[in-house]
Amino acid sequence: MTAASFDIAIIGAGVVGCAAWRAFTLAGLDCVLLEREADIISGASKGNSAILHTGFDAAPGTLELACVREGYRQYRAIHERLGLPLLETGAMLAAWSEEELEKLPGIRAQAHQNGVTDVTQITAAQVRAREPGLADDVKGGIWIPGEALIDPWSAPLAYARQALANGGTLRLNAEVTSGSFSGGAWTLNIKNTAPIRARIVINCAGNFGDLVEAIARPSPFTITPRKGQFVVYDKPAHDLVQSIILPVPAARTKGIVITRTAFGNLLVGPTAEDQPERRLATTGSATLNALHEAGCRMLPALSGMEITTAYAGLRPATQFKDYQIEALPAQNWITAGGIRSTGLTGALGIAQHLRGLYEAHFGTLKPLPSPLWPRVPNLTEALPRPHAQPGRSEIICHCEMVTRDEIAAALASPLPAGSIGGLRRRTRCMMGRCQGFYCSRRVLELAAPHIPGLADA
Amino acid sequence: MHNVTIIGAGPAGLTAARVLLQAGIGGVQVLERNPQPGGLPRFCDHQGWGMWDMHRLYTGPRYAAELVRRAAGADILINTTVTALEPNGHLHISTPGGPEYLQSRIVLLATGIREKPRGARLVSGTRPWGVTTTGAFQEMAQAGQIPFRRPVIIGSELAAFSALLTARHAGIKPVAMFEPGPRILARRPGGLIARAVFGVPVRTNTQLLEIRGIERVESVLLARNGRPEELACDGVIFTGQFTPEAWLPRSAGLQIDPATGGPAIDNFFRCSDPAYFATGNLLRPVEHSGFAALEGARAAAQILRALRGELPPPQAAIPVTPGGALRYIYPQRIIPGGAQLQLYGRASHAHKGRLRAMADDTLVFERLIRILPERRISLTLPGAALAGRKSLAVILD
Repeated sequence: MTAASFDIAIIGAGVVGCAAWRAFTLAGLDCVLLEREADIISGASKGNSAILHTGFDAAPGTLELACVREGYRQYRAIHERLGLPLLETGAMLAAWSEEELEKLPGIRAQAHQNGVTDVTQITAAQVRAREPGLADDVKGGIWIPGEALIDPWSAPLAYARQALANGGTLRLNAEVTSGSFSGGAWTLNIKNTAPIRARIVINCAGNFGDLVEAIARPSPFTITPRKGQFVVYDKPAHDLVQSIILPVPAARTKGIVITRTAFGNLLVGPTAEDQPERRLATTGSATLNALHEAGCRMLPALSGMEITTAYAGLRPATQFKDYQIEALPAQNWITAGGIRSTGLTGALGIAQHLRGLYEAHFGTLKPLPSPLWPRVPNLTEALPRPHAQPGRSEIICHCEMVTRDEIAAALASPLPAGSIGGLRRRTRCMMGRCQGFYCSRRVLELAAPHIPGLADA
Repeated sequence: MHNVTIIGAGPAGLTAARVLLQAGIGGVQVLERNPQPGGLPRFCDHQGWGMWDMHRLYTGPRYAAELVRRAAGADILINTTVTALEPNGHLHISTPGGPEYLQSRIVLLATGIREKPRGARLVSGTRPWGVTTTGAFQEMAQAGQIPFRRPVIIGSELAAFSALLTARHAGIKPVAMFEPGPRILARRPGGLIARAVFGVPVRTNTQLLEIRGIERVESVLLARNGRPEELACDGVIFTGQFTPEAWLPRSAGLQIDPATGGPAIDNFFRCSDPAYFATGNLLRPVEHSGFAALEGARAAAQILRALRGELPPPQAAIPVTPGGALRYIYPQRIIPGGAQLQLYGRASHAHKGRLRAMADDTLVFERLIRILPERRISLTLPGAALAGRKSLAVILD
């Protein structure tokens, strides 16, 4: 078999892979993105808290901090051109005990050291003034005005669609099983299809990062996926808080967050559970109930609100705290591993860093003079949505107000939904309070011709 | 300005529209978000509808068509979604022609009910394709969509048997039906018929522990009398555990009864904003469609009185609260007076005991009852019994 040949092969179409694909395609290289699943954003990037982080709490001097700061800056710079939302809520880090209260000055100092200089410490009364719904025992807080909400699926989709529009190549259902490096190029063997040749390989394989790394070298890091479970509340709960409510971080995790979502829901999570499973993020009834109870303790009115659903995500945690990003110049290989919990914000900064590594080791880049900027459909109430437009098509999903035309568009090119999950993430259909009770038939009528196996068991 | 806007063209909403029309009220419109009116019975393609309100038996779709026929003359606006309620009967709506803002003297909320899906039940496991609810399954099956061949059915309320009937029509053979409690909840057809007629094992004392499968459901993990057991299947149908579709009044800040999950009403079907009335299964989980339809008629009768200015001011209401083993009681507010006051409730568990109503500290009603949690409890009080009282507590000891 003759192998298609590329400048760069990126393994893994999560948010980091999509951002890297975009960056190198816009930098003028012929770039292929390889994804083992039937759709992009099917792994670690599928379930997160959908926050655009300032980096106020990142460890000083780390690559993570640099990438988060740069990613934050770039998202703000490009989101409007890609049609991506940005909801400026700010975040309130709340202390619930004297012990936590004592940590606040240090958190503020670290934020300032990290360059997030608008972070302030505020009193319990000021916390309550901003967030009257919080329980009475809140002791004080840190106000981080720059934290914001974004759409966690449309962002990587937008990066990918821009790469695609500007000549990038996408291969779905393309699991890289092995590879060999000779004559200055990699041959990557792909399960059930022809191999691919590429001058440079970039490993963005998320929860499979250490396994993919082993193609190039014994992996210096081991991934133990850290599961985070979330509970989603129905839209009437959205107004119970005004901002993102963050906890005082513990040693290992940022702890349980209460946040609005860009789609008008309220979210409580995540947990942090080290576990061996890399692909399937399972929910656990007892854990979810405990999350709900924790949420109700901090925000008492939550107890009267309806739960919409729950989900779980897997963060590619390693034995190291920082991102594991480096170039292997002798092997034409770049590693972007261990992007554990800040990947959504960090992705554009990571991609920028990867470009720097490429230029340092592998050659100069000639950015496209006038790239295309395709816009993704808006799914949030922050921007106009089709259901509110004159001449709208029939509303199929009543909970999330998704029209027939939006679903049809997500099933058509470019980068159509490759799974029912992909369709849900692209449109929000079946994501609301009824979870498909009212709309499954209509969604299937539209989706079944495009996605096999849904309605013909 | 319209006189009455009804939100939801199901059994309760359409029956209310019929009563208003028959009384000669003009300016009545029904807003329906779907392309067809008729509500959930449209998709229950088996016998069992109409007995209560029409005194004959129909299939669900025939019953839905009959509701629409009997409301002929009402202005039913399909593909029209209410997006927000504002005080005094102002509505934001989404129509095919664009967003609109309208006002109605009275708005009747009749948005019905839905089953609790997997997500809201906080079930353990993976999230594969093939997990659904009775309502969604029936609508799919009616359209010839077959999402699975050998599902398990979770729950044993009437909806579970409705799912079983639909499965049988569609050539789908459920592996088993599971009820976490010690007995089947539906009065008929019950476990015996399920076992004997359809060959589907019905297992009580069996909890769903986990859903398994990667792309599709592959199995479920169960606890049968406490012992874990894996059962191969290719789908899961969650049945029952109905939830009022109450996000509109909830978002608008109308008072919601946490016990019913629906808007709190007074004995004239008025919500905390008296421009809004509520009726049907939006009020509580769950009654059959005939009961909801008759409730629509009763609400319409009160709306007619409201339009004539005959209803007492809502401020005169006293609160009604449930106690003991009573899970909920409604109406949640009562204005003392009138000939009779009708209240409905449900027990939180199977119970044998004394049902009593206390007006302040005075016993005004007492009855010994033996009740199951899914059965309606009804009690009638003489209106005069509450004169001058500050509160009413209904207690199941």
